[in-house]
Amino acid sequence: MTLSQLEVGETGIVKEFTDLEMSVKLMEMGCLPGEEVRISRVAPLGDPIAIHVSGYQLSLRKFEASTIILQ
Amino acid sequence: MKADIRVALVGNPNTGKSTLFNILTGLNQKIGNFPGVTVDKKTGFCQLPDGRTAEIIDLPGTYSIYPKSKDESIVFSVLADKAKAMVPDLIVVILDASNLKRNLLLYTQIADLKIPVVVALNMIDVSEKAGIVIDVDLFAQKLGVPVVPISARKIKGIDQLKTTIAYANKIALQQDTIDVDAIAPQLIAQIKEEYKVDNPYFALQLAHQHETLDFLSATESDRIEELEKEHSFHSQKAQATETIARYSFINDLLYDTVKKPETAHDETVSNKIDKILTHKVFGFIIFFAILMFIFQAIFSWSAYPMELIGDLFLWLQAAITRVLPAGPLVSLLVDGVLAGLSGVLVFVPQIAILFALISILEDTGYMSRVTFMMDKVMRKVGLNGKSVVPLIGGFACAVPSIMSTRNIENWKDRMITIMVTPLVACSARLPVYTLLIALVVPNKNVWWVFNLQGLALTAMYLLSIVSAVVVAFVMKFILKARERGYFIMELPVYRMPRWKNVAFTMYDRSKTFVLQAGKVIIAVSIILWVLKSYGPGDRFAQIDKTFSKPEYTKSMTPDSLTKVIASEKLESSYAGVFGHVIEPVIKPLGFDWKIGIALISSFAAREVFVGTMATIYSVEGDADKLESVQQKMHSATNPDTGKPVFTLAVAFSLMMFYAFAMQCASTVAVVYRETKDWRWPAAQFAYMTVLAYSASFIVYHLLK
Repeated sequence: MTLSQLEVGETGIVKEFTDLEMSVKLMEMGCLPGEEVRISRVAPLGDPIAIHVSGYQLSLRKFEASTIILQ
Repeated sequence: MKADIRVALVGNPNTGKSTLFNILTGLNQKIGNFPGVTVDKKTGFCQLPDGRTAEIIDLPGTYSIYPKSKDESIVFSVLADKAKAMVPDLIVVILDASNLKRNLLLYTQIADLKIPVVVALNMIDVSEKAGIVIDVDLFAQKLGVPVVPISARKIKGIDQLKTTIAYANKIALQQDTIDVDAIAPQLIAQIKEEYKVDNPYFALQLAHQHETLDFLSATESDRIEELEKEHSFHSQKAQATETIARYSFINDLLYDTVKKPETAHDETVSNKIDKILTHKVFGFIIFFAILMFIFQAIFSWSAYPMELIGDLFLWLQAAITRVLPAGPLVSLLVDGVLAGLSGVLVFVPQIAILFALISILEDTGYMSRVTFMMDKVMRKVGLNGKSVVPLIGGFACAVPSIMSTRNIENWKDRMITIMVTPLVACSARLPVYTLLIALVVPNKNVWWVFNLQGLALTAMYLLSIVSAVVVAFVMKFILKARERGYFIMELPVYRMPRWKNVAFTMYDRSKTFVLQAGKVIIAVSIILWVLKSYGPGDRFAQIDKTFSKPEYTKSMTPDSLTKVIASEKLESSYAGVFGHVIEPVIKPLGFDWKIGIALISSFAAREVFVGTMATIYSVEGDADKLESVQQKMHSATNPDTGKPVFTLAVAFSLMMFYAFAMQCASTVAVVYRETKDWRWPAAQFAYMTVLAYSASFIVYHLLK
């Protein structure tokens, strides 16, 4: 299951990434294996999404969220 | 001023770094450039409690020492480049106490460079309110550096921070955060030996960033590349390993020192606001309402100060003409320099208002929501959510807007944004549009509410946005992407705007505009004055001689005689000769040689148009009175046909030309500065000229 499949309000725990380049950027922003993530909202046009991670809000595109595999 | 120690401020974006910088330095700051790059370098001086002076450098906000954008790449080069003597004696790392985990990543990277560090724990009041309890003493002890809790907004803890800076150690005492050597043992060892560095993390950064560090020679950089191959070093994999190790250190540290309630208070308030501001329907309605408000403010609030500035210059010009004896020098001063200067300064109120409003939107955190909402639409046309800010700014002036594209990380998105921003109807086009619309569009209402002139103006603004979007869409297919685009961005918590920062930004941007655009406009005004005031050979003398004959002096009043002489001279001047030369090229657009002069001089800056029109149609006295220019242009007739020059077709054809042509030397200069390659401004100039010519041609022939 990937992060992009979660609905608003659902939470998950990051397991691994499918894309090395993206993973480096995501991990710098505090989105790394073992971390709990929650979908806060979806942009009015359906993309990007905003997630709650490491104590703050991060926005990312659906495609980017699909590279994050959850436990 | 000479400083005793140099202190660099480093921190994540949205941590209150610039607020702290403003408090520490007061008005005692200046903005320059880092050598070789166009990133703003903000420096200032701060008096320390022990009597010494500290030079404070504000480094661009970044989440990590690994740069994602042009601005961020400065951070490591400043900290690393020993030769340029910019290396600070002390680094103040600013951490957001309410969001420590992510903030600490940058701290651990900076700490491992082993430059003395002091931690400023900012927004301590916010985190306390949210119920976050930080054991500051234990925190400081674990890191091995002084930690000062502050609130930059409420100006608390600043004296304590200054004292700590004054008495900070000259040697780095911080604890190691991770085992750097373990990431790439042999490679680090070899770089340390060959490049005489003793810090393993510095050596590792040389490996990661050698391609972009300008203090490394080409051979040095190649050698590092060779070493990387030899030890099969993979930059991204190494960075991933490092980041995981750092967060594991951070988690342990926070587990011991910070107690946090389940959900932070501020977050939920922010969430409630977001529910409305990023709502499917209300979100867009509010966004467009805010945009409308900005336009209203730009035009209505600025009307009075603009009039005041205009009047001031008219008074000054009149006073000088009265006091000083007439002659070419006075004429140059009044009609050249002062006329040019007022053309620049008159736009300052509009620019100041626009930037005040934009900085309020940025400061509160709303701008990142706009980016969030618009990303999908913008991506469809080859732009990025972050392009929205420069495009909105383009309504005031393309120069600062193009500078603000620096925070678009993706190269292709940034280039397209730069290429299309000058199409947005900037404030310099406004006087041109108002003059021409008033000339040919009747001041009548249709369906009671819509004023025809207002509709025409609105249409010009809509056209500018549509054309920017269409051109961006075309460029999306022309430009090759250098890297993958991504959109991983913090949505900061909503906060009240900091009025001092708003005032600083307003002042800063207006100053940049006056200096950037001012130089060019004044230079052009002077050149134009020379071209208008002198002609080839003895043509001017001939005209004077002809009109001093009694058949003229007797039959005409002195006033009308002066005007006739002036307009005869204009036609024979260098500018007039030039206008006649280009006339065949612009004839298909419906323009004559006089409009040609205005067009050519407007390539320096669009607002020159009104002034040039005023001079060409030899309006008496002040050149900025729209009414009189308008009347003159209204009664201007074509000498061959006897029909009016400014028909509906000609006026709209002219407006099309001004809408699309790159008539702004400052923009050309700033595009070159931002892209570092002449081909970009050249391509932009070329495509815009082609667009302008075609649009004018089509409109003229449709309306004729």
